[in-house]
Amino acid sequence: MKLLRRRSSAPLWQDEFPVFTADERYVSRRQFTKFLTLTSFAMLAGNLWILARSWFRRAPVYPRRAVATLDEIAVGGVKIFAYPGAEDSCILVRTGQASYAAYSQKCTHLSCAVYYSRGQNRLECPCHQGFFSIADGAVLQGPPQRPLPRVRLEQRDGSLVAVGMEGEGA
Amino acid sequence: MSAGPPQNRGLTAIDGAMVLIVVLLIVQIWLLSATLESYLAGHPEAAAPGAIISGLLFLACLGLYFFVDRIDSEVRKG
Repeated sequence: MKLLRRRSSAPLWQDEFPVFTADERYVSRRQFTKFLTLTSFAMLAGNLWILARSWFRRAPVYPRRAVATLDEIAVGGVKIFAYPGAEDSCILVRTGQASYAAYSQKCTHLSCAVYYSRGQNRLECPCHQGFFSIADGAVLQGPPQRPLPRVRLEQRDGSLVAVGMEGEGA
Repeated sequence: MSAGPPQNRGLTAIDGAMVLIVVLLIVQIWLLSATLESYLAGHPEAAAPGAIISGLLFLACLGLYFFVDRIDSEVRKG
């Protein structure tokens, strides 16, 4: 911290722990500016951390797993299943006779469980009224900034098979 | 119109620099949150530009800090 320390004849301990009580609460403009600059460095460190994570990120490998049979749920019906891990709750919605959509059930705002609103034909988070499109998981309204991660589905031998996730970060 | 005594002018310069640092810091905080949101949404390509711009903003803050430091020292010397 020698670089950011002001040129002063007083030793460092006297700057940090002043002798007079009144000086303890006094923050000079220079000290405040130093604090702001260090905060700026913390923001840079955060950005560098994200950059390092993105560089050393491994492509995730998703298992193939049958999550439902084709006629298991009625049109407008819902099934909850776990994918890709046992703790990763997802929601499968039958949106038409032959169309299905599946998303992570975790709201991208604060991770509350979203549910399907059949009347509004959208996914809704009850915690902070975040609404997501059933077509692509995009945010329709509310505090979430990111769309819901989508589960890629394939139809095989009368079953719906989950084969991966889209839009999922680290 | 008088510019006032050197101490006052020094304080004005320091206050101006501090306001500028605060503005840069707000931009940097927004940049960090936007980069994080983008990364978590599965778009890591935003990480490199975010880090570069954040680095430039930090350098600007550091330059302004040294400016404040220098002005402050000069004003105290009288």
